[in-house]
Amino acid sequence: MATITLDNVGKSYAGDAMAVSNVTLDIADGEFVVLVGPSGCGKSTLLRMIAGLETITAGQVRIGNRVVNDLEPGERDIAMVFQNYALYPHMTVRQNLAYGLKNRRMDRAEIARRVDQAAGILEIGDYLDRKPRQLSGGQRQRVAMGRAIVREPAAFLFDEPLSNLDAKLRVTMRSEIRQLQRRLGTTSVYVTHDQVEAMTLADRLVVLNKGRVEQIGAPLEVYRNPASVFVAGFIGAPSMNLLAATRDNGRVMLGDVALPVAVPGQGPVTLGLRPEDLHRAPEGAEGGLDMTVAHVEELGAQRLVHGHVGGQALVATLPSDAPLADRLTFAFDASAAHLFDATTGSRI
Amino acid sequence: MIERRPLLQAAAHLVLIIGVLTVAFPVWLAIVASTHPQSAFETGLIPVWPGDQALVNYGAMFGEGLSNLGAPPLSGMLFNSLVMALVIACGKIAISITSAFAIVYFRFPFRMFAFWCIFITLMLPVEVRILPTYKVVADLGMLNSYAGLTIPLIASATATFLFRQVFLTIPDELMEAARIDGAGPLRFFWEILIPLSRTNIAALFVILFIYGWNQYLWPLLITTDEGFYTIVAGIKRMAEAVDSLPIWNYVMAAAVMAMVPPVLVVVLMQRVFVKGLIETEK
Amino acid sequence: MKRAIFRNQLLPWLLLAPQLVVTFIFFLWPAAQAGWQSFLREDAFGLKTTFVGFQNYTALLDDSQYVDSIGVTLVFSISVAVLALSISLLLALAVDRMLTSARTYTTLLVWPYAVAPAIAGLLWWFIFNPTIGLAPYALEVLGIDWDHSLDGTQSMILVIIAATWKQISYNFLFFVAGLQAIPASLREAAAIDGAGPVRRFWTLTLPLLAPTTFFLLVVNTVYALFDTFPVIDATTEGGPAQATNILVYKVYVDGFLGLNLGSSAAQSVILMGVVIVLTVIQFRYIERRVEY
Repeated sequence: MATITLDNVGKSYAGDAMAVSNVTLDIADGEFVVLVGPSGCGKSTLLRMIAGLETITAGQVRIGNRVVNDLEPGERDIAMVFQNYALYPHMTVRQNLAYGLKNRRMDRAEIARRVDQAAGILEIGDYLDRKPRQLSGGQRQRVAMGRAIVREPAAFLFDEPLSNLDAKLRVTMRSEIRQLQRRLGTTSVYVTHDQVEAMTLADRLVVLNKGRVEQIGAPLEVYRNPASVFVAGFIGAPSMNLLAATRDNGRVMLGDVALPVAVPGQGPVTLGLRPEDLHRAPEGAEGGLDMTVAHVEELGAQRLVHGHVGGQALVATLPSDAPLADRLTFAFDASAAHLFDATTGSRI
Repeated sequence: MIERRPLLQAAAHLVLIIGVLTVAFPVWLAIVASTHPQSAFETGLIPVWPGDQALVNYGAMFGEGLSNLGAPPLSGMLFNSLVMALVIACGKIAISITSAFAIVYFRFPFRMFAFWCIFITLMLPVEVRILPTYKVVADLGMLNSYAGLTIPLIASATATFLFRQVFLTIPDELMEAARIDGAGPLRFFWEILIPLSRTNIAALFVILFIYGWNQYLWPLLITTDEGFYTIVAGIKRMAEAVDSLPIWNYVMAAAVMAMVPPVLVVVLMQRVFVKGLIETEK
Repeated sequence: MKRAIFRNQLLPWLLLAPQLVVTFIFFLWPAAQAGWQSFLREDAFGLKTTFVGFQNYTALLDDSQYVDSIGVTLVFSISVAVLALSISLLLALAVDRMLTSARTYTTLLVWPYAVAPAIAGLLWWFIFNPTIGLAPYALEVLGIDWDHSLDGTQSMILVIIAATWKQISYNFLFFVAGLQAIPASLREAAAIDGAGPVRRFWTLTLPLLAPTTFFLLVVNTVYALFDTFPVIDATTEGGPAQATNILVYKVYVDGFLGLNLGSSAAQSVILMGVVIVLTVIQFRYIERRVEY
């Protein structure tokens, strides 16, 4: 059990742009932190720097009280679960679990005890003597987890561990990972590009974009108060509507329509509205958005209405029994509006 | 096949049967010849059905050989061939697998230079640089020795490339998992890479064993001491006599014995060998 | 290119050392020696060596024996490559039609791969032996008087047969693998499109086998140029009257037996050039999908 501290961590490849720059992050003991962002945002690189699989070219990484920048991965007291599981194909499940302990010259009895214990926790006891290729995807996933657990490491590192599973299994494993982590209380860093996975798993989210931290915060905090246009668009499904608007005399204007949002200053601004914050209003209501409906997606419990407002795309979530028409008017509460600087993208 | 064409099918069988017979015919004659007395080859036509002198001929060749013609007993030559084939096969595999490991899993200055040095050996077959190589071996005092028979042939670009290909298909994550599990490079090499390359090693072994066993020019040049003759090269010395002295029975007994071990290896390990051969070259 | 690498700097050199040492001592150094030697001329007693520039090379081109040897090599290599390729393709096509017996036929056809070229030469030499051989006896019925120790053409035919016989199994295996790699659905589609077996062969199978064929063509050329040394040495020894004296055999004869070091070295260098060209062709094709 340990804290993990990233202090201005950066990674640059020879002659290339920074893959990761100036990441500062304090992970508390036992905390579950999820690094989330689109592919190429540097989240995996960051995780691999913590693991010791990528060299750290700037800043400092500490696990517990040790600076680990120059330590081999095997010396960092961490365990990692890989996307493709990386199970040793020629070893049985038992040997896979025991390998890391054997390399550390742990005595046999203790290895056996830990393997049995992990097998019990993960319910993989029945196939300890099988080879990985004889296992299903879900079973392999469990073995990969088991290999991390037996080590009883200071931290678990997860690199998109669920992305090779089918949708249903992914949901099951997601909650299992969460419960397991709670039960063991092991500090965890988890990388994913799936924002649902990120929201459901994390104590704290770290949203990354182009090698930089966009926002760090609890999932709901990030959801409710996205710090930038990028975060606003990335977190939440369906994603937030981002509309080009202007500021005029303390009001936000969308085309000719004055919206019920007060803001100081002049000039362009980006207005963010979550689809679920839009509700039906009578036609011609003041500050209402008149949408030309293009098409409707039925999700069962609700329906997504896609359309245009003054030439800009807009999506709204409606109850599945809501009446539909070619033109619909939507209104929203002033508190639901998110405003971002049109040039820097940061929250106003 | 898609449609039934009995005639075409029959033609295919015919082609194959003719092929199989043509391929087997010379060897059949060799086996037959090794079972007849010397008198059978003095006039007329070579026999096509086996005789009754097999035990006598093979016994003589294994026992004393043809000492007056400079051909030692077969057992000694077979042993030398076996040593040569085994050392070359194992040696090539060993130095190639470590080379491939170094080239694939490390980054170091002059890595590409090392790679090209190995690559270039592909372009220098022994037949082409025979004289200067002979001189180097002579200068090193390696004539008439097992070291001279094997070491100069042990470098292998082909095997290095094969292992390189094999290693490149092994997922990076496996090595990363091993590093996190506390394995250093040598432990990873020994406990993960080698077991994962087992089938490739086996297939390559078959190919290289045959390569080593069938060496001809090299042993012919660097062995003048009968004690180091290999069977394939040794037969040449016997065969030189047959124009004046038709000892075909003995020569063919030796030829059969020279074929049996590599043919057995190929037939017994056909599956792994065929797979390996295709992969080695691809 | 591996993403994951070990950081050690000394270890890779230790791992490479055996291969590199052998390569330098027994490959690069002798090759360099041959290169240097090819610019020198030794007098008859080996007492004096003089630098003669490209004279050894120009002398070769003026030497009718060398030019003849080039011709002999071309005839030999082309014949062996074409024969070995077409016979083995025929056999592979036949095996590809078989369902249950394919494995048996394959086993019966692959084993000559294991026979040493020298032995292959010896076996066919035996069959064609002018006094007691079966082939001359059969040919006599056809009115052909066979004696390859006197007749250059017959001698050439003998070495071509021996060299081809030995190479068929190798080509056969690659053609079978190439045929198996053609998806059954393609043939089925062609059959549904109304193409019979012969038409399918010309319009589908053969074009799809082109990469295999090209690869084998290069390999067979290399085989015929260099690996057939033992076939020649065990049968005709280049004779009669240089009729089967292929280039690689001439290097050996001139160098080892004739002790004409400069000329032999120049021939070596030329042959190395040939191998380099063939290797480059082969690797441009085979390794093009591999990045270093």
